[in-house]
Order: sequence, then C-alpha cells, then structure tokens
Amino acid sequence: MTHSSILLAVEALEQSFGGVMALAGVSFQTPENLIYAIIGPNGAGKTTLFNVLCGFYQPTAGHLRFDGQELRGLPSHRIAALGIARTFQNLQLFFNMTVLENVMVGCHLRGRTSLLAAALRLPKVRHEERRLRQWAGEALELCELSSHAERSAGALPYGLMKRVEIARALAAKPRLLLLDEPAAGLNDTETMALRDLLSRIRAAGVTILLVEHHMPLVMSVSDRLLVLDYGSVLAEGAPAEIQANPRVIAAYLGGAVQYAI
Amino acid sequence: MRLTGFFIFAASVALLPVLFPDNYFVTVVGIAAGLHVILAVGLNLLIGYAGQISLGHAAFFGMGAYASAILTTRFDWPGLLAMLVGLLVTGTIAWLLAQPILRLRGHYLAMATLGFGVIVHVILVQATHWTGGPDGLGEIPALSLLGWIVDDDQRWYGVIAAAMLLSIWLSLNLVDSRIGRALRAVRGSEFAAEMMGIDATRAKTQIFVVSALFAAFAGSLFAHQQAFISPDSFSLMISVELVTMVVLGGIASTFGAACGAIALTLLHESLVVFEDYELLIHGALLMAVMIFLPQGLFVGLTQGVRRRWISRIASRQDMKGERNSTVQQ
Repeated sequence: MTHSSILLAVEALEQSFGGVMALAGVSFQTPENLIYAIIGPNGAGKTTLFNVLCGFYQPTAGHLRFDGQELRGLPSHRIAALGIARTFQNLQLFFNMTVLENVMVGCHLRGRTSLLAAALRLPKVRHEERRLRQWAGEALELCELSSHAERSAGALPYGLMKRVEIARALAAKPRLLLLDEPAAGLNDTETMALRDLLSRIRAAGVTILLVEHHMPLVMSVSDRLLVLDYGSVLAEGAPAEIQANPRVIAAYLGGAVQYAI
Repeated sequence: MRLTGFFIFAASVALLPVLFPDNYFVTVVGIAAGLHVILAVGLNLLIGYAGQISLGHAAFFGMGAYASAILTTRFDWPGLLAMLVGLLVTGTIAWLLAQPILRLRGHYLAMATLGFGVIVHVILVQATHWTGGPDGLGEIPALSLLGWIVDDDQRWYGVIAAAMLLSIWLSLNLVDSRIGRALRAVRGSEFAAEMMGIDATRAKTQIFVVSALFAAFAGSLFAHQQAFISPDSFSLMISVELVTMVVLGGIASTFGAACGAIALTLLHESLVVFEDYELLIHGALLMAVMIFLPQGLFVGLTQGVRRRWISRIASRQDMKGERNSTVQQ
C-alpha cells in the first residue's frame, strides 16, 4: 500500500445518551482517497458516528480530527465548510425544489453572493448563478441525473432520490463524503450502478466513508472496513481480512460472508 | 424569461389609471392594495420561504409609520431621511428580537411574535407623549421626493405602485438566488441545510430583518399618505390579516402573496355594501378558498390552468398519435 496521508482520525470517541453508550471509545483512521466502509449490526452506532462527525451530536468524550483540525464543538455548517458532505439514511431532500435546485444548494459553499447583492441581482450575481448552475450540472452528470434536472425532487422514484442526495453532497466538492446506507431500498441494477458511481467518485479524488448493510457491495467496493458492534470496534482491515476474521463471522457476518465470496 | 410575470404585472399596474382616469376604485383602493402587497410580499419571504411564522408583523409596519410621523412632525425632518432612520431603527430592533426568538420553532415562535406585536401596540397606545396615544398623530407632512411633492391620490398611486413593484422585484431576485435557495433548504430540512454549509440561524435572522424592513417601508409610506395614524392600524388584527393575505394568495410565491393582498383589499372594499354581514361573508369566502384551493388563490388557479392546458395538448397529441397509428396499420 502506498503511503497516503490520514484524512480523518477518530480517537477514543464516546457518545452516551442518558445511560446508553452508543459509542464506547471508538478509534480509527481513514486514509485519503479510498472507500472506507463501516459495517455492523443495527444499533452498532454507525449512524450515531456519522451524526457526531457532522456536529449534530456533541460527543461525550474523545477527538475527531479532520486533516488535523479538531471537529468537536463546531456547528454543522462549519464542519461542512471544512470539506465534509453527507447523505442521509432517511432521505433529507428538499422536496419543495427541483433536482437542479437541490444540487445548487449543495454548491452553497462555493458561492459568495450576499443578501443585498442577491436582492439587487447585481451583474456578479448573474455571473455566479451561471457558474453554480454549471457546477451543479457537472455533479448531476457524474451521477447520471442530467435528464431529471428540471423535475421536482419530490416526484422522483426512490432510487433516483437517493442519487440526487449523492449529487447534492458532491456539488459541495467535499474532500470527505459520508454515505449513510446508499444502497438501502435499491434493486440489483441500481446497486450495480451505485457501485460504479462510488468508484467514479473515488477516482475523482473524494474519500468516502460508507455505512452500508449490502455486503456484496461493501466487499467489492471498499478498500478498508471497520466493524462496529455495541458501540465498539470489533475489527478493522482490508475486506479479505475482515471476511476471514473469526470474531467478525461469529458476531455478525455469518451467512453474508459466503454470499459475498 | 424569469421576469415575464413581473413585466406583465407592471404593465397592468401602469395601465389601470390610464384606462380608468379619476376612478376612486383605482386610485384609493389601489393605494391601499399596493401597501398591502409590500407587506405581504415581505412577510411571505419569512413565512413562505424560510418557513417561520410571524404574528406580530403589524408592529414593524407601525414602527416604520411612527418613526416617519414622529420625526417629521416633532423634529421637522425631511420625509426621506425620516424613512431611512425608521428603516434603520426597525431593522435593528428586528435583528435584536431575532436573537432569542428564532431559536424557537412552530407554535412558540408564533406566540413570541404575537407577544411582541401586542407589546408594541401597547406602547403605541400608552406612550402618549411621543405617539399621541389612542388619538393618534396627525398633520404628517406630504412626502417630498427631491422637490416633487406627493400630495394627491394620482401621485400617491404612482409612488406606491413604484414602491410595490420594487418590493416584488427585490423579492423575486432574492428567492431565485443563492440566498433564496438556502432559505428554502432551511424550510425543507434544517439539518440537511446545515450540512450543505448553510448557517440556518443566520439565514433566518437575515430574512426576519428583511421582512421587517419591507413592513417598515410600507409603514412609512402609509404615514405620509394618510397624513394621520393611530394605533388601530397596527393592532393584532392587522398582523393576522397580513398572514391571511400570504396564505390566501398561496404560500411561497411572490405573486401569490401579492395576489392575496390585492384580493383581500378588494374584498374589504366590495363587501362594505353588505354592512353588518360584511365579516360573515368575508369569513365564508376565506373558508371556501381554503377548502377548494388549499394552495391559495394564485398558486391554485395558475396550477389548475396549467394542468388543463397540458392535458389538452396531451389529448391533442394522443389523437394525432392514434391517427398516425391507423395510417400505419
């Protein structure tokens, strides 16, 4: 393996809700430019981990360093500004907008237009609008959504909605993309398309943190895996190592390993 | 084109007094409707686009009006300067108020703004030394725009129509911009919006202030145009009426808000003939609109027309298609 720098370093992260320890001292490091999957049974703390990373929860203890910068205590919009984007397990599309507008909201951080300039529609605003539209168009194209740009986001079939979320997150040009169960609810064809899309995103230089239950997808697309169970790290390693790990097999994978192989 | 609707509307506003010269309905009712449009369009930015409710918007309307009235009558300030200071003061108060208030959501926000509206109304009634109390403030001088005195209904119609078109134009620009999309995103999902790098609290605070500024602008014009103001014009009922205009016309549409404002103004004027039954008919009509056009007058009607149009085109194409297929057979 080549020496790649660490993009995200999580150290001894703890998150408790009342008496329940959702994350009990989780540590891992995500190198840059690869797909890093996080798997584990329901309730293992995967989505909680994402929500802590995004500043939605304030962790009880531990550190989160993104490219050396501490994320703990930052509000979500500041974390996003550092170059982290995400999709959501339960869709959080803006249903009151078109697909293109949704993705243009993703470009928010790349724009500068102030309220006053927008209200007066100064020439530079028109200029920026054109650029945002172009950037959004590029993200739509990467996700093969160009033909749906003008449709209302709420009128799309489920599989497309999930892809719009990815396009919207990509439009921010993030360095780290968090995907929360992107394959949930997709059929086989859509899942295959998703796998290709993930590879394309990685090729574009975006590091992906992937929470997913679909084992064939996870095993075929990820470079490294982290296995969580009851809020703790059970194992960490390359897909082949994880599939051979007896603790993982005992605790979680079971038949899924055979399926994946 | 983006502004097609705007130009059509502007042209009809300009044509009305030409087609109906010296018409009471056009000038006097037009002036009232124009002011209402400014208020509703501003409030719609907050309610329709940011998804925040304000039940105290008459307070900002009143602040603009009283700032102009007090500064011009007691201190002999020129009207435009007084208007500017009124906007500045109202904007600052709105900004300060937004700090604690916009942390609240839904019903709590409604309650807080309602409370604010009541407090301002009480101050207008009680601070008799400054506001003249319940008797109001009179002898507000006519507005002078660089030497051009606005002193008759025709001129007022022109000024208020221009002000109204300006506010519609600003609103249309805002909505269709990075700022407007951010607002709609906050309304759609605050969490997701934050993850796009949008500072939701800042976005809501900004639009609350803008919305208050629209109201203060209308208030200032209102004071000069009426030459006399009293707290009655800025009561809780007015706040509720403003929300009704936004909802009646169709939420989250600039022309919807404008349409609601005009419709409600016309309704008041035309129902006067029914005297005691006015409120009753008024209420019944509002209920009917909400039942049959729940998206509001403007949005509901335009969508209906569009749908019928599309289905007619589609059926025509179907017929063509059938003819072609029979030919092929």
